[in-house]
Amino acid sequence: MLNRRRFLMSTAAAGAAGLVASHLSPAFAEGAPQIQLFVPAAPGGGWDQTARTMDQVLRSEKLISGSQITNVGGAGGTVGLPQFISQWNGKGNSLMVAGMVMVGAIIANKAANNLTQVTPIARLTGEFEALVVPAESPFKTAADFVAALKADPTKVPVAGGSAGGSDHILFGLIAKTVGVPATNLSYVPFAGGGEALSALLGNQVAAGISGFGEFSEQVKAGALRLLAISADKRQEGIDAPTLKEAGIDVELFNWRGVFAPPGISDADKAAMVTLVETMAKSDAWATECKNRNWTQILLAGDDYAKFVTEDSARIEAILKDLGLA
Amino acid sequence: METLGHLAHGFSVAFTPVNLLWCLLGTTLGTAIGVLPGLGPALTIALLLPITYQVAPEASFILFAGIYYGAMYGGSTTSILLNTPGESATIVTALEGNRMARSGRGGAALATSAIGSFVAGTLGTMGVAFLAPVVVKFALAFGPAEYFSLMVLAFITVSAVLGSSSVRGLTSLFAGFVIGMIGVDLQTGQPRFTFGTTELLDGVDVIIAAVGLFAVGETLYMASRRYAGKDEIVPLKGSLYMTAAEWGRSWRPWLRGAAIGFPIGAMPAGGAEIPTFLSYAIEKKLSKHKGEFGTVGAIEGVAGPEAANNASAAGVLVPMLTLGLPTSATAAIMLSAFQSYGINPGPLLLTTQGDLVWGLIASLFIANVILVILNLPLIGLWVRLLKIPAPQLYAGILVFATVGTYGISQSPIDLVILYLLGAAGFLMRRFDFPTAPVIIGMILGPLAETQFRRAMTISNGDWSVFYTHKLSLTLLTLAFIGLAGPHIWAFIEHRRRRGPEHVPGDA
Repeated sequence: MLNRRRFLMSTAAAGAAGLVASHLSPAFAEGAPQIQLFVPAAPGGGWDQTARTMDQVLRSEKLISGSQITNVGGAGGTVGLPQFISQWNGKGNSLMVAGMVMVGAIIANKAANNLTQVTPIARLTGEFEALVVPAESPFKTAADFVAALKADPTKVPVAGGSAGGSDHILFGLIAKTVGVPATNLSYVPFAGGGEALSALLGNQVAAGISGFGEFSEQVKAGALRLLAISADKRQEGIDAPTLKEAGIDVELFNWRGVFAPPGISDADKAAMVTLVETMAKSDAWATECKNRNWTQILLAGDDYAKFVTEDSARIEAILKDLGLA
Repeated sequence: METLGHLAHGFSVAFTPVNLLWCLLGTTLGTAIGVLPGLGPALTIALLLPITYQVAPEASFILFAGIYYGAMYGGSTTSILLNTPGESATIVTALEGNRMARSGRGGAALATSAIGSFVAGTLGTMGVAFLAPVVVKFALAFGPAEYFSLMVLAFITVSAVLGSSSVRGLTSLFAGFVIGMIGVDLQTGQPRFTFGTTELLDGVDVIIAAVGLFAVGETLYMASRRYAGKDEIVPLKGSLYMTAAEWGRSWRPWLRGAAIGFPIGAMPAGGAEIPTFLSYAIEKKLSKHKGEFGTVGAIEGVAGPEAANNASAAGVLVPMLTLGLPTSATAAIMLSAFQSYGINPGPLLLTTQGDLVWGLIASLFIANVILVILNLPLIGLWVRLLKIPAPQLYAGILVFATVGTYGISQSPIDLVILYLLGAAGFLMRRFDFPTAPVIIGMILGPLAETQFRRAMTISNGDWSVFYTHKLSLTLLTLAFIGLAGPHIWAFIEHRRRRGPEHVPGDA
């Protein structure tokens, strides 16, 4: 576990890091609770940034006096999840950050535990995906892309993130909706958005699918053409239709949310939902989300629980079609 | 020149007392984390990300850049002294560096690596400032087919580290492939060789493997051969730093290492490991002291790879600053720091955030100077580590390796892997199998596989991509020359020497 305090003690280097961090931490609010944040991923990724941004906003809004962040990374969160379920059971002041990636990993890794075993608190943010092509591509619209895909899917290599991840899932959903068998797709997975981007800029592939933020600057600079986005409605300042408007009835957010451990009291759960909702409605949170290209898609409590179940079913179906589950 | 003007402006940003202090803090911290196996620059910067809420963007990037360059310096120290690489880019440094340390030239090894890092780091940073647009164009021309051909070339050069028996060397290399395959297959999402263990889904960390095979294996081997009584302490030979002869043998490898490291580092899938392998192989080929390689330790084998890894670290910044492409874990985290300031890294970064980017580049020059000033006097202190009697020293290495490994992911499974590989390293040492090819197999094997499969997916199963793409063909040709060249040369030499006997009438 990457418990920060223990981590600091273990190494001199991180000790120096701690000096910087503690020097900079603002004064603690009186009377507000301490919370624990569990991140089932290594420091630096999306979930970790979500946790650290939450910590920052919760403290600046004086909703908590402080928080401790624990990282247990590995295998799309399926290494951390069992620990959160067993070792954090009943701890009412704790939250785990997770999201759609974990839903996919649970199914693809055939993990023993799943998200029905934890307590859904709220869905916070999402990143919609983008379908892009290199500037020189003959595809001018999403319809051109679909037509080529229908003609021969093996001739349309599409780059994106790791196999079975959100990008692959969206590609599968698009193909399924337009009637192309998912097994025929030519999907070229890359370890991260950066590498996929370089394959697009170097004209190595026909199209790319990844989080909008991965491509936005290249689209602005004219190196990539944005064909469609997977959001539910048109986005301000983005000159591209949604997939639905382009005639492909698919909507997908790579969502992130928080979960409490199993076995907490109803009062603790209600307090946690209130805390997270208050944070998510604050201006400070809105600013952070804007800076990071996170779309706010707040959904709390029981509605969130229902959403997690439905999304899991949808993802499982498409992963089966793609031959990954 | 326009660039010089920008750079001068950058220096005016970086030369404020506060920013110099951030740079000093970053480089010191970076050196420290580089020394510790398990704590890398990516993790450290990730943990320091919250400071972006408090300080100006210039200051935090100067800090991060210092950490990044510092880690590259620090990583070589433990490789050389303790055979415990702190970073995957310094694994090759351990090969010759540790042998030099054990034959009493540890100070020279540390000095050539510090000065080589300075030279290559400075050249690399100049590359970032002046050549970025050209280099990035070249780097983007590399697709999966080209990468695969580059791997083929790298595999050919691996023969340089296979050791005396190629059967044993190849056995080690293939063992490395198998270890490298453990985990979820990126192309299909299916687990391989994980035996149902969740912890193995992400594969075996190459640092853990290197520390296990090199440091733990070596410790066990020393322990098994120890007899009571006499403790040998290697006396320092010659100058604490470098002799004139060693300077003479170092400067060419520094320049060659920088020339190899910078462009490969700038490639989106290049990394820091491949240039170190290539540099090592080239230095071994070109050296006039081949007998020292793998025995008492050849200084060229430290100077070249060390320069290569620092130049590649600079190279990584090229796609990051010009295109917003993160090509290493550290770059990805630095980019996410840009986002906390509401700055979107991308092709427009240089025009919209000129102050920040040029300040960052200028601070890299300063970081390099600080690092060499910081590291050279430390050498005297470091080499004293070697005066510790063997039992205590090796016990210390074991503790250090264990703590460092636990630090990577706080997973007990990693410790099991460390000691299993340590035992394997011991047996390999005992039965005279080289351990370096295992690590090389672990790094190159999966890369070659992934790029091959990507290339074949994109070409829809058409093999011709490997020879119809010009760059790919060039690389494959180079690989072929590397493989067949020495044999053909030897054949010609042989014919020429025998020639006169067959010419009648020639006295």
